[in-house]
Amino acid sequence: MKKSDALGAPFQPETFEFADMSLVEEIFSRYPKGREHSGIMPLLDLAQRQVAETGPYGDYPRGGGWIPKAAMDKIAELCGVWPMKVYEVATFYSMYNLEPVGRYLVQLCTTTPCWLCGSSDVVKACTDHLGIGMGQTTEDGYFTLMEVECLGACSNAPMIQVNDDYFEDLTAETVVEILKSLQKDVMPPSGPQNGRRGSMALTGPTTLEEQAKKAGVA
Amino acid sequence: MLKDQDRIYTNIYGWESPFLDGAKARGDYDGAKDIIGKGRDWIIDEMKASGLRGRGGAGFPTGLKWSFMPKEVQERPHYLVINADESEPGTCKDREIMRNEPHKLIEGALYAAFAMQAHHCYIYVRGEFISEASNLVKAIYEARENGLLGKNAANTGWDFDITLHRGAGAYICGEETALLESLEGKKGQPRNKPPFPAMAGLYSCPTTINNVETIASVPDILKRGGEWFASFGKDEKNTGTKLFCISGHVNSPCVVEEEMGIPMKELIDKHAGGVRGGWDNLKAVIPGGSSCPILPKDVCDTVLMDFDSLREVQSGLGTAGLIVMDQSTDVVYAIARLSHFYMHESCGQCTPCREGTGWMWRVMSRLVKGDAEIDEIDTLLEVTKEIEGHTICAHGDASAWPIQGLMRHFRSDVEDRIHEFKKAQAA
Repeated sequence: MKKSDALGAPFQPETFEFADMSLVEEIFSRYPKGREHSGIMPLLDLAQRQVAETGPYGDYPRGGGWIPKAAMDKIAELCGVWPMKVYEVATFYSMYNLEPVGRYLVQLCTTTPCWLCGSSDVVKACTDHLGIGMGQTTEDGYFTLMEVECLGACSNAPMIQVNDDYFEDLTAETVVEILKSLQKDVMPPSGPQNGRRGSMALTGPTTLEEQAKKAGVA
Repeated sequence: MLKDQDRIYTNIYGWESPFLDGAKARGDYDGAKDIIGKGRDWIIDEMKASGLRGRGGAGFPTGLKWSFMPKEVQERPHYLVINADESEPGTCKDREIMRNEPHKLIEGALYAAFAMQAHHCYIYVRGEFISEASNLVKAIYEARENGLLGKNAANTGWDFDITLHRGAGAYICGEETALLESLEGKKGQPRNKPPFPAMAGLYSCPTTINNVETIASVPDILKRGGEWFASFGKDEKNTGTKLFCISGHVNSPCVVEEEMGIPMKELIDKHAGGVRGGWDNLKAVIPGGSSCPILPKDVCDTVLMDFDSLREVQSGLGTAGLIVMDQSTDVVYAIARLSHFYMHESCGQCTPCREGTGWMWRVMSRLVKGDAEIDEIDTLLEVTKEIEGHTICAHGDASAWPIQGLMRHFRSDVEDRIHEFKKAQAA
């Protein structure tokens, strides 16, 4: 359960409008008529992405996606529900940021499978390199570090998620390379960072001989 | 070992295109019209004959589950919902299906929906799986453009469409009724049962919720026959092939499809390059995702990987995510970290779970240091028993089992640590 009393980010714009109403209409078209409330979650996601695209509000330096209260009110209006219903959802799910985050939201998995494979080293490398602790944002508003629970890529542990992308099979060295690249605003290739292909064993396939030959991985 | 020709997922590592060109070459959608033509009773009978048990963790027989749906569609439409909210620590199999074999899932959904007379299916994908969800969406659009979804889907005469709904980072939405709440745009808090979803599920309409792997297995079962699927496995209650996810202290972690009931040792040795430092360096394995109790090496030596064999040793197959730990592992911390996970993911609805998961984590983190009294172990076990079975959903149970497993097999480790801590303090 997410603990946050903050619909109170330090900066709240007074109004919010969706930039492209056709995207809102498309979301409503996914659900039966009269079930517009099913659109709350996709609309929250859309609002968060729009905020990330628009960039920092005012002189607030953090450029990552988050959901202002005005956006929640707008969504409530569009879905025809009380604003409280939207606040409930926004505060329940951990992926909705209720206050601004860095341009690169770095989520580090430290649950048991990742921990067994050295997530503590990855965490230490990140905090050392950026000079901030978990849950903090760098002063230039570039990075927010966040400890998260299992992200479901356990065979490729340890791993982190940066914004939309997974970076897997990390070491203290490779994760710093990723951060350095992001500092130059270059998104490195996502996926395994040790040359592995998806969730296939690093040493090569143990099954599907014929397909492996055809694909040239055997 | 399972023969390659008997594997369902031939593109599980993404060697070929996951999209329609690749899928068609792999035989997806072949004979869809004939299968639908055989009727829904035939499909359900074939599913029953296959012995397929739900691949999401609980292992409920799939054919039986489908048969709970009302025989006739009344005024409320029927829905198929696919649970792709894969979040159980140690589990990463549905992800591979969604990103590498999305059309298997779509095709399976068509047959399943037809069998339960649903015209619409929602797939609930965990929020963090963004590239997986976009592959799946792309496949859905492709299917629509090629007449495999929509009116007269795949020329079968059945109207069928799929909508993808993304979650937003709540593990509890993998619980089927919490998932439905979330789909309805609410907090993901599980519902009381009854009413069961087959009577009143999504939007209070008859609904069946199945795991991704369950549905993606359907096309092959129907094409090759339930008997084919049932010919694999340990016995008639543990049949078929299964995706295993191996993580932790092995030489080459991987996701692999194997026969149900394969010995754990063989699975780890053959596919994951063995335990780091050799089999004798093994300390313990969590065999089926975080909620399944941990097993010590002597059990792992001989245990088979199927629902009932693992149940006999007081654990479970769960999602078949093996978390392997070698001798260097601090097992107490490994389990304490899971307690933190369950605390973080409790939805807060039922008091025993909301308060208990936090309480258990606090005690577990003291046990990691050894800063506790010996009799606190029994108090902790008693609390796990008070939580287990006293909550609306199984999250409470799942938070209690890892601790019970730890104390069953590694109690002396915990006690030693308490003694050492006391000694260090006295010095």
